[in-house]
Parts: sequence; C-alpha cells; structure tokens
Amino acid sequence: MAKILIPTPLRPYTDKQDAVDASGATVGELLADLTRKHSGLKAHLYNEQGKLRSFVNVYVNDEDIRYLQREQTPVAASDTVSIIPSVAGGVEERGSGIVSGTVAAETIPDPHLPVAAETIPDPHLPTRDPQLTNDEVKRYSRHLIMPEVGVDGQRKLKAAKVLCIGAGGLGSPVAMYLAAAGVGTVGLVDFDVVDFSNLQRQILHSTPDVGRPKLTSAKEKLHALNPEIEIRTHEVALSSQNALQLFEPYDVIVDGTDNFPTRYLVNDACVLLGKPNAYGSIFRFEGQASVFATKDGPCYRCLYPEPPPPGLVPSCAEGGVLGVLPGLIGVIQATETVKLIMGIGEPLIGRFLIYDALRMRFRELKLRKDPDCPVCGTHPTVTKLIDYEQFCGVAPAPSQPVAAGSGTELTSLELKQRLDRGDRLTIVDVREPNELQINRISGSLHIPLGDIPKRYNELDPDAEYVMQCKSGVRSGKAADFLRSVGFKHVLNLKGGILDWIDKVDPSQPKY
Amino acid sequence: MTDARGVTISRAVDRAIRAHGEETYPHECCGALIGRDGRVADVVALPNTTEEGPRRRFLVRPSDYREAERRAAELGAELLGFYHSHPDHPARPSQYDLDHAWPTFAYIIVAVAQRRAAEMTVWFLKDDRSSFEEGTLHHGENPHPDTAQAVHG
Repeated sequence: MAKILIPTPLRPYTDKQDAVDASGATVGELLADLTRKHSGLKAHLYNEQGKLRSFVNVYVNDEDIRYLQREQTPVAASDTVSIIPSVAGGVEERGSGIVSGTVAAETIPDPHLPVAAETIPDPHLPTRDPQLTNDEVKRYSRHLIMPEVGVDGQRKLKAAKVLCIGAGGLGSPVAMYLAAAGVGTVGLVDFDVVDFSNLQRQILHSTPDVGRPKLTSAKEKLHALNPEIEIRTHEVALSSQNALQLFEPYDVIVDGTDNFPTRYLVNDACVLLGKPNAYGSIFRFEGQASVFATKDGPCYRCLYPEPPPPGLVPSCAEGGVLGVLPGLIGVIQATETVKLIMGIGEPLIGRFLIYDALRMRFRELKLRKDPDCPVCGTHPTVTKLIDYEQFCGVAPAPSQPVAAGSGTELTSLELKQRLDRGDRLTIVDVREPNELQINRISGSLHIPLGDIPKRYNELDPDAEYVMQCKSGVRSGKAADFLRSVGFKHVLNLKGGILDWIDKVDPSQPKY
Repeated sequence: MTDARGVTISRAVDRAIRAHGEETYPHECCGALIGRDGRVADVVALPNTTEEGPRRRFLVRPSDYREAERRAAELGAELLGFYHSHPDHPARPSQYDLDHAWPTFAYIIVAVAQRRAAEMTVWFLKDDRSSFEEGTLHHGENPHPDTAQAVHG
C-alpha cells in the first residue's frame, strides 16, 4: 500500500481526490491497482500497447522511475508516488519548415484525426532528439560510424545549444569545431570589431574583415562551414543584467573571455543556472582548461575564490600570447563540450589542465568542490549576480583630476613641444627588448620594468624623466617606483608609444 | 463533462500571453494558466525546455509543472491548463498537441505571424482522446472595447 499523488487534470477521474491509496509492491503494480479502481485514468496513462505514455512521468519520492527500475521500481508503504505530467505540444512536424506570412491551409491538421499508434513516441526515451536528414547523414558520416557517437550521439549534438562567450582567440576554434561537428545551435556573444592585431590567432576572421563586427564575420564563416545549423549572434557586452537571460536557452556555456570580471560573471551565472562551463584561458605560452559548474563538480571560485589584485596578472594585450595557443585550448574546450552533450568519456570535471607550449607539457591538478565556496558551496553567500568590475577591483575610478592636477603625467603633444623646445629631459622606455624592435621614440633610454629596482641608481634623482611603455600602464608603475625612492621629477607618458604614434609620429607601426 | 467548455481571461492575461508569444518568436513560448472555476487569474511563463528545437515544439519539465501547481496552491487556486504559441502557424492544435494532451486542461493557443500575435483560441481534449474540441474564450473583468468580444474565429 502506498499513496499516489494525482495531478490536477486527472482528478476528475479519481472523484476529485488529489491522493489515492493503492496496493502493490512495485510502481507497475500500484498503477495497475489505481487504474482498476479508477478506470477512466487508463486511457490517459497508457497507450494502446499498454505502455506508459511518454509524457506521463512517475516519481517515487523525488526520483524519476526512468532513472530507477522503471515500472519494476519497488515501492514501500512509506514512499510517495507522484504522477507528474510533462506538458508538450507544438506545430505540425509535416511541411517544410516555418510557414511565413499568410497561413498555408494545407498545414492545418485535422483535429478529428484519430490518434495514430505510430505517432506515439517510445515511452522509454526520456528525450526525443531531432532526426537527421540525408544530407546530415552524409556530412557527419565519420561520426556516425563510431559506436560511441552513432546516430543517437549526432542527434544529441543537433538538439544541443552552446553559447560561446567571445568570438576571439578561444571562441574562434570553439565555434568552428562545434559548427563543423553539427551542434544544432551555436550562440556567440561579442561586441568588438576585428582589428589587425586579432588576425594572428582569431582564425574566424580574415584580413578583409578588419573593421567589421566580429559577429558579422563569424556568422559568415560558420554559416559557410555548416549551413545546417543555427548561428545566433548576441552583439552585447555581457553583464550582470543580461547574463542569466542570455544563458537560459543554452545547454553548455563556453568561456572564451580574456578578463577576470567576465570570467567570474560567467562562472557565477553558470552555477546559478546549473549549466556547465567549458572553461579555457590563455596567456603568453601557457593555457588552462577545465569544466566547471556541473552538478557535483567544482566551479571557478572553488579554485580562485577571489580575483587577483588588479594589474597583477596582465592581459594578453599587455603580456602577449602565442598565436597557436588558443587553437589548442579552444579545441580542448570544444572537445569537452561535445563530450558533455553526448554524455561520453571522462569529462574534465574536478581536473584542471595546464598546458605549457614551450616545454610541450600538460599537467593536471585535482580540484575538489569547496563546501565553503561562496557561490556553489553548501551555504552560498552569492545568490545573484553582483558587480564584477567592482569585485575584481577594476571599477572605473571615480573621475579624479589627479593626473592633470598633480602633474604626474604628460601627453604625447606636450612631450613633443618640450622636446622641440630643447628641454633637458630623458625618456625611459620600460618595455621588453623585443617590443623596442617594433617601434621606439628616438633618443629614449631603455630599462625594462623588471630591471628598474636594481638599475635605478644609473639615473639621477634630480634630473627630469618621462617614463614610457606601450600604453602607459607599466610606465606608470615605474614612475611610482622612482618617486618612492626619492626621484623628484618623474612624469608618465599618457597613452604610451601608441598615443605618440597616433599624435606625433604616424610613420611607425603599432602593435 | 459539460458541453461547450470555455475559459475566461482578463485583458491583462490576454496581453501577457500575446506578449510572451511575440517575445519568444520565432520560437514557441509556453506557460501555465492559474485560476479557479474557469477564470484564469494569472499566468506563469515557463521556460521552453524542448530538445527538438523551440521553433516547433514546447516542453514543460516535470519540475516546472510541480512549480506551477505549487504556485496555484499558494494562491488558493488551481492549475487550469497551459498556453503556448504557434509561430507562423494557425491557432489550431496539431497532432503533436493531441498526442501529448491532458484531459480537463484548457489549452490556449496563440498564433504569432511575423512576430505579431494574432488569433487566440482555446481547446479541450475529448474524454476518449480522439480529438480536441474548441472551447469559448471569454474576456472577463475590465472589458475593453478592443478585447471585450471573444476573439476566437
């Protein structure tokens, strides 16, 4: 004897009762007893072959019997059995796609057609993935002949929706391989335009695309690669306001971002929505990859609860990146994504892969889900998306006129005027030697940032110096250091050599 | 069962269903109808979780169904049925709708043509599951000149 909870639409058949006692040792026996007592239920629970209809879900306590022993699942008197409807519907499968504009009369189904037995889906399939067309069978034949993938796996790929955050270095190989593999819906979030400096690694974009929106270029390439799939473009900056809504329709999120605020945002949104995050990151010659935010696995915050202090970890724009590196890391992310979708292999969950391109070595760290994790732990303190710019300490500083007022910076044009006037000042270029091979302000002295602490005694604390790097960040640190050791006249070149080339010397190349 | 079944919806409910259908176009939207005695007091928009492509299908997860029943119980009401959209298709139930229909529930269908919500109809499954019969969609409280009359065809 056990209690069966009856859903609203079936209560007219149980004399309006929302719970009925039935006897039996298994789910099958209980349901048989239930339909004996209330015979009107039978047609709605079972199909003509006497099998449970696919949209009838039976739960023992909180567990779907499809994941237990189906109708043979044993039931004790203390268990509660619930019948829970899957509610489904939709437009007719027949006909060729969406009828636009006026409604085509022949697509209107006859509501008086009897239920054809063969249209009743197999109740043992919890999901019903879309069929493959003949063209798709040809296209994916190298998948289909492997039993680990097969038609079922390919149909899962077709049904899947994957969102790539970023259509840059990592997003390029990820999106191309997912599109080629037949992932039915590939979404892309990006709002940038293609720059010459992207082409060294962002293989979705070509030289004629420079200046065009990345998403326009990406959509063309992916569509040409595989016109069977849907490419959805989201030309927005990902934010705490739009992330949950953007992620909601997708099954897997692929993090191809290049900065900490967005990385934490992607992680937290994935945890909150329960969607796996195929993570990758790249810097110089090193890459990292893992799968975060699965049901029982760790998340990015289990590994790094707090972001590094701003400025400690440079971005690729500052530190550089080997062009082929995102190819390898992106392909790992794409591999994990298709494995997750098909449910095959050993996913990179709880494992953190570190790749060193120079030594050509992979290392693997074990990761555990942290019970004290602020977002996926047992008592989370982050239960909605926060301000990630602020969290990572990179919030736009309240506009203080510090720079201009205190006279610690000067602009390219001011520097040019002072040089032309013949002022006695020395430009110190703090970039790395290889950067000086690209461009240089003539007459500058070269001391790389890392050498300043041991070489500042080569300089005169009473002389005037203008510190300079690529964009003004590193030289600002060098200027701060020199002031801290007693230099009296140190200025920072605002905007670095890039601004100098823009305003003063356009003959030199930029990087 | 009584003949000529129907449901009554308010202007706000009418608007909410249409807006949801337009918002998710070209995909199908779906949601629950909550109320009592054939009057829909509130709608709960539900995520469309079908894996077959939301342009042509909708699927409400068991967990969302439970949530809808729970919401109804909280309001002292009951689950009266569900609504969904037919993007660029008429507001008529499909064979697929019929195969997946539940008795006693009201199924409101809104046709959305080119992102504009158009005809809205309501359907009930016949007891023998042989077909749907069209019900009457009444517009209840706060009648407005635009929506006061039944919109079904």
